[in-house]
Amino acid sequence: MFENKNYEDIKSIINDDERVLYADNINEEYSHDELGGTHSTPDIVVKAMSTEEVSKIAKYAYDNEISLTVRGSGTGLVGACVPVNKGIVLDMSGMKNILELDEENLTVTVEPGVLLMELSKFVEEHDLFYPPDPGEKSATIGGNISTNAGGMRAVKYGVTRDYVRALEVVLANGEIVNFGGKIVKNSSGYALKDLMVGSEGTLGIITKATLKLLPLPKKTISLLIPFPDISKAISTVPKIIKAKAIPTAIEFMQREVIEDAESYLGSKFPDSSSEAYLLLKFDGNSTDEIESYYDDTAKICLENGAIDIFISDTEERDETIWKARGAFLEAIKNSTSDMDEVDVVVPRNRVNEMVEFSHALQKEVGARIKCFGHAGDGNLHIYVLKDDIADKDWEGVLKGAMDKMYEKAHSLKGEVSGEHGIGYAKKGYLEKSLDKESIEIMRGIKKAFDPKNILNPGKIF
Amino acid sequence: MNLAVCIKQVPGTNKVEVDPVTGVLNRNGVESKMNPYDLYAIEAAMRIKEELDATVSVITMGPPQAESIIKEAYSLGADKGYLITDRAFAGADVLATSKAISEGLKVADNFDLIICGKQSTDGDTAQVGPEMSEWLSIPCITNVTKIIEITNKDITVEREIPTATQTVKLSFPCIICVEKDIYIPRLPSYLKKQATKDREIAHITLNDLKDNNPKGYGFSGSPTQVQRIFPPQTNSDREMWNGTKDELAERLHKKLKDLKFI
Repeated sequence: MFENKNYEDIKSIINDDERVLYADNINEEYSHDELGGTHSTPDIVVKAMSTEEVSKIAKYAYDNEISLTVRGSGTGLVGACVPVNKGIVLDMSGMKNILELDEENLTVTVEPGVLLMELSKFVEEHDLFYPPDPGEKSATIGGNISTNAGGMRAVKYGVTRDYVRALEVVLANGEIVNFGGKIVKNSSGYALKDLMVGSEGTLGIITKATLKLLPLPKKTISLLIPFPDISKAISTVPKIIKAKAIPTAIEFMQREVIEDAESYLGSKFPDSSSEAYLLLKFDGNSTDEIESYYDDTAKICLENGAIDIFISDTEERDETIWKARGAFLEAIKNSTSDMDEVDVVVPRNRVNEMVEFSHALQKEVGARIKCFGHAGDGNLHIYVLKDDIADKDWEGVLKGAMDKMYEKAHSLKGEVSGEHGIGYAKKGYLEKSLDKESIEIMRGIKKAFDPKNILNPGKIF
Repeated sequence: MNLAVCIKQVPGTNKVEVDPVTGVLNRNGVESKMNPYDLYAIEAAMRIKEELDATVSVITMGPPQAESIIKEAYSLGADKGYLITDRAFAGADVLATSKAISEGLKVADNFDLIICGKQSTDGDTAQVGPEMSEWLSIPCITNVTKIIEITNKDITVEREIPTATQTVKLSFPCIICVEKDIYIPRLPSYLKKQATKDREIAHITLNDLKDNNPKGYGFSGSPTQVQRIFPPQTNSDREMWNGTKDELAERLHKKLKDLKFI
């Protein structure tokens, strides 16, 4: 039970009243994340400014057996940063210094509260490139690492885990440790650094991250490819991949989602006359080089029913397309009263089945279901919309739709989450999806890191 | 109906460096592109073409490599392209440029409507359209935000001026300069690009013009000269303040007052 005495103790550790929020001073936003399906208000919020503070708070939580949940920008979608056992929420968004750019090792070292958009802007100013590119640019790097965020460039460049070189981590008992290093190879024991990536705040608290960078490609060209229907669009993707073209991104989108984005942003998309689109992006060193890559892809698309191929080769053109793509989630959210999401990932040649299944499901469950996603890596974002479904019926409708979609994804040999994580909301589905032994190993790992179950309890499994 | 769209090739990025000593733009290795404002003009022409039976020609003045923006215009749906190119046109200021394009338009075809973008992203003068109107002795309306109606003999447009919105009806031939965001420009089409790969681009040189006295063009026809090009002054002065929110608010208020912002 969190008592006033704990508040006084924590206040004296931090020694700055403005950074310790207690009782009525706790803003409502700390009780949920962006999707808001999971709610719980913490007993106290601490806005950390240094590793030492995090360490002291962790030690205090450990000694006094108080739950400790770490939080970045709160842009998660599965309730991972919501303190379901109450206790302390550690807000890391104030630790937002970019500490070092090492151009000899091609790494950047940052505090966890640096926002993804700040990081990419900073490195690009130095002609360098941090490839992970989730749609939510105001997420923190700490949050991205904690969910192993993927994003749109995963087809060519992989996901966050592929770009984490080293982490400074505060363990449950307050000890500060370093995993990994500014090294390209590492065969020295278990990959603890990789285990931290995607652990959703359950194994340790990330206080510093060294990230791998690449030289910034000089030029990008996007292709917006209209198709008469979504099935033709998606069934073209495995053929593009088979042809060994390597776009950085292959996204699919439907007109209705584009229209939502148009009304949400108040600006028009360059083309919305077709039912379905693929959006591909290529990068390289010159227009000629990129044109030579995409020519085969263009032919494959036309052979498979594409109506045309629109070429976006300037910043202005890219802006009109990718700004809309980046706003899809917000736009869909804006089009309905409430919603929940599925972030399944399936083998790339099964995406079509999953999309068709979710469309057919609309009639069966009686709710609108919209989807878009990363056709190139098999990661789909499917949203069940509440609209005017009565509150009393919503939970049942949602559960019915979710159960069926996860079951389908499992039957296609997919996984529960491609990039948003499990958090609190998807626990049940992870348990159904993985075999018992895997879950037991995870529990064992959790115990080894956090024997008292202090860190973000009640999450993942 | 015959439509002409005036277009220009500009540097591909706005990160062009200016040599601090010579004041010359460093274009080495910088890709070029169509002036983004011209895309709105082409889009306006394409919308008219979709509504009425019209032929869309694009015209530009520049070195031979400016053909690439005419090809791009073909992939957006333009039917014909003219490149005004001659060493005699080099070094032109706004006046000499507008004269060369006006003379070029005269020999290219009889145009009912000439559409320009608002301005170019490199010169930023927004004067070529209105000056062409003088050379061609036809009316010109700038700041066009909307095409209300178009028939085979006239066009009615809406224009934004600082204190009002005007509706203007113009008889052909005339010039309109359209604002950004009049429409969202379409993207170049791969199919059109393939189909127009070998389409001809007509070159117009000094000798093709009716007024072919070289003194009126290029450097010698330019009453204005650029004395110096320099990057705009930027200021990255910053102060870091620490304190409680009340102290900071007080301090910010005082600072803004001292700077006479409030």
